[in-house]
Amino acid sequence: MRTSIKNFSYLFLPLSVLALLIIINLIKGADYFSITMVNGALYGNIPNIFFGAAELVILSIGMTLVTAASRGQDISIGESATITSAIFVLFVLQAGEVTLFTILVGFLFSCIAGLALGAFNGVLVSVFKVQPMVASLILFTGGRSIAFMIDGKLSPILANDISNKIGTVIPGVPIQTPIILTVLFIVFFAVLLKTTNLKLYVETVGINPNAARLNGINPKKIIFLTFLIMGFCTAVAGFIAVNKAGRHDSVNLLKLIMMDAILAVAIGGNSLGGGKFSITGSIIGAYTIEMLNRTLLRLEIEPAMIKVFKAIFIIILMVIASPVVRLKIRKVVDKVRSGKTAVNQSKGSTPLSTANIARKKEE
Amino acid sequence: MLSETILEMKDISKSFPGVKALDSVDFKLRKGEIHALMGENGAGKSTLIKVITGVYEKDAGIITLQGEPIHFKAPEDAQKKGIGTVYQEIMLCPNLTVAENMFIGRSHSSFVNWKQMNEKAVQLLESLSIPASPVQELSSCSIAVQQMIAIARAVDMDCKILILDEPTSSLDEDEVQKLFVLMRELKERGVGIIFITHFLEQVYEISDRITVLRNGKLVGEYETSALSQFNLISKMLGNELEDITKIKKHEPVVSDTTVPVFESKDLSSSAGVRPFNFNIQKGEVNGFAGLLGSGRSESVRAIFAADKVTGGEVRIKGKQVKIKTPLHAIKHGIGYLPEDRKDDGIIDDLSVRDNIILTLQVMKGFFKPFSMKQAEAFADEYIEKLNIKTPNSNTPIKSLSGGNQQKVILARWLLTHPEYLILDEPTRGIDVGTKVEIQKLVLKLASEGMSLTFISSEIEEMLRTCSRLIVMKDREIIAELKGTELTENDVMNVIAQGGKTTCAHR
Repeated sequence: MRTSIKNFSYLFLPLSVLALLIIINLIKGADYFSITMVNGALYGNIPNIFFGAAELVILSIGMTLVTAASRGQDISIGESATITSAIFVLFVLQAGEVTLFTILVGFLFSCIAGLALGAFNGVLVSVFKVQPMVASLILFTGGRSIAFMIDGKLSPILANDISNKIGTVIPGVPIQTPIILTVLFIVFFAVLLKTTNLKLYVETVGINPNAARLNGINPKKIIFLTFLIMGFCTAVAGFIAVNKAGRHDSVNLLKLIMMDAILAVAIGGNSLGGGKFSITGSIIGAYTIEMLNRTLLRLEIEPAMIKVFKAIFIIILMVIASPVVRLKIRKVVDKVRSGKTAVNQSKGSTPLSTANIARKKEE
Repeated sequence: MLSETILEMKDISKSFPGVKALDSVDFKLRKGEIHALMGENGAGKSTLIKVITGVYEKDAGIITLQGEPIHFKAPEDAQKKGIGTVYQEIMLCPNLTVAENMFIGRSHSSFVNWKQMNEKAVQLLESLSIPASPVQELSSCSIAVQQMIAIARAVDMDCKILILDEPTSSLDEDEVQKLFVLMRELKERGVGIIFITHFLEQVYEISDRITVLRNGKLVGEYETSALSQFNLISKMLGNELEDITKIKKHEPVVSDTTVPVFESKDLSSSAGVRPFNFNIQKGEVNGFAGLLGSGRSESVRAIFAADKVTGGEVRIKGKQVKIKTPLHAIKHGIGYLPEDRKDDGIIDDLSVRDNIILTLQVMKGFFKPFSMKQAEAFADEYIEKLNIKTPNSNTPIKSLSGGNQQKVILARWLLTHPEYLILDEPTRGIDVGTKVEIQKLVLKLASEGMSLTFISSEIEEMLRTCSRLIVMKDREIIAELKGTELTENDVMNVIAQGGKTTCAHR
């Protein structure tokens, strides 16, 4: 029981932000949450948020792991996804006839490319001890040009039925395909975390690499592994993004998404300095950002001004989540609690400390 | 000497949720005295200090400073009133110069008069005879000098009270003496010094009075000269004292044909230890003795491959094996509790449970995580076995006291059931009660057939537990001592006489 309370306090920030956004939207009009069926598929603001946030959610998962293990961020994820998707498009278009098979093989190739890009960053960070942000600056700078070359200096169009289904909706299925893919991806990670020691290893390495090594964990391998996973995430995100768009725009595809991904990790209650992490928090954080973007649109804020409001919102958020404010809140909570325990103490005759420990053991 | 009281605390109480850390404690500090504050971990020493320095607000009681009632809300208030504090970990900036470290954050103007600052620093350093130049980088000073600079910084203000919280725990004997000279100098000037340490000898060497706390309550205040060491320990421990005298060595049965559990030949590592030969029998407890920097830690780190192994061979139960990484060592049944608990031992944000199961989990493999239930069962088993004081296994390890953190690391290794366990300074910086517990545990494990290497700066502890002492000097083994009649002096003599160069100190 205590564990669940603890987890909840970890998620306090992302959930309260989400709640705040929901309230703002409710005030604006309850119809916000209405969901309608159009041509057998669900439409409305809520499905739109899930649809729009698909890539961000996937990238935030990878970013959480990289942050936790390497104590830094990968800023090349948008560019990596542009390269992997360029490879996907290249393969599909060269194959001539587009079948499910060519799409899958193309996706497989883009995954291999993603792993290679992840490995590139991973080697720089784990073996050569380059700061993650500096290491990924290389791909951040050159990535889109590489993708542009792969595209043959064009912006190729993916006009086929299967891509359309992957990017939007499969007739007869009420939920949009990117949402389904995201859910599958999250389930994949849930299973991965459940069946391996990834969390324990990554947290140990992020908190104390020296101690990790002395207990038989190789910090280099673990940091490298998180970058590989990040590479896989970029391939999946690139795949979804390019199928959604229907064409490969190497200049604008997932542009600056690393900022939102890092923000999602932070909103999720994770320290950007590495160590303990919560993927659930990051996922909620990613959906929160998407909801924030759409809420600002709905408040009919001038498009040019939207970024200003987003910035203000983030400032408020970060102040609430800052250690200073948290400490103040904890002090207040402690005072209330110690008041209660003092009452308990006067009632019981056993010394409080031992009684408490005994009670906790019984639980 | 004047016996004017500078600080008087009466009926101080302080509670935390679930714990009464201080229960109407009285404390009195006189002008120009060195007052040792003694007690086990959790006795309330640090809480009392934090109440004095304004880190915590007291729940009840009165504090008077030179007859004037005071109420500190923040550490800055205490500093302004002339209460300086120096903690165990040096809280200075290693990349700044000595003078910068002494005056940083002191001046109220935005500009620094470098010349004036350096001159002032020279004056202060000279008056306290600290061997440092104001313009040298702090990191180029020895730890002891850094500690002294921290003190100089604290006393630079009109300092009436100086609090030294375990200043000697990372110093060697020579450096401690230098620090004592400085403390006596300050005492002459009329500064009241509160001194906290786990080293009893140091208390007797330097303090005038001793206040003993136990479980948040005052046991009493004594003149140091009137309290024997035995009585001091018994006051600190209550009735646990008998245990310490009952500790009996366990002698392993060794014949010429027994194959050692672990054996090394010409082993050397990147940390610069000379190639050495070493072996340990089943059920044996041996120890590495030597001064700080003599190579004792480096040797055991080479055995565990904690530093890069550069040469030599290793046999386990007679079979030659390759140990290149700590993981190899762990898989061959070797455990290693590192000297530096904070940097190499604990994973501070993780729970006690995760800290306990960590190594066993690594041995089991990446793809085979323990179920939560199993992990909790393991953790609870060892929390009970080693009497680890923690609210539950889900508590982060960083919120435990030093002694209990050490027990968690011990539990981590015991859970892997090693055949050979290396304990490098397991008793450093922890309370006497836990020290005794750990020594007893070492002997119990040996009697059950485990081989152990036990290293401690306190030779007494090693004499009590080890049946064989390997003496090191200048990163080389110079002697091996056996026998039940060994005394601390014997060991000292070997260290003093042995080796090629004369004094090995820096």
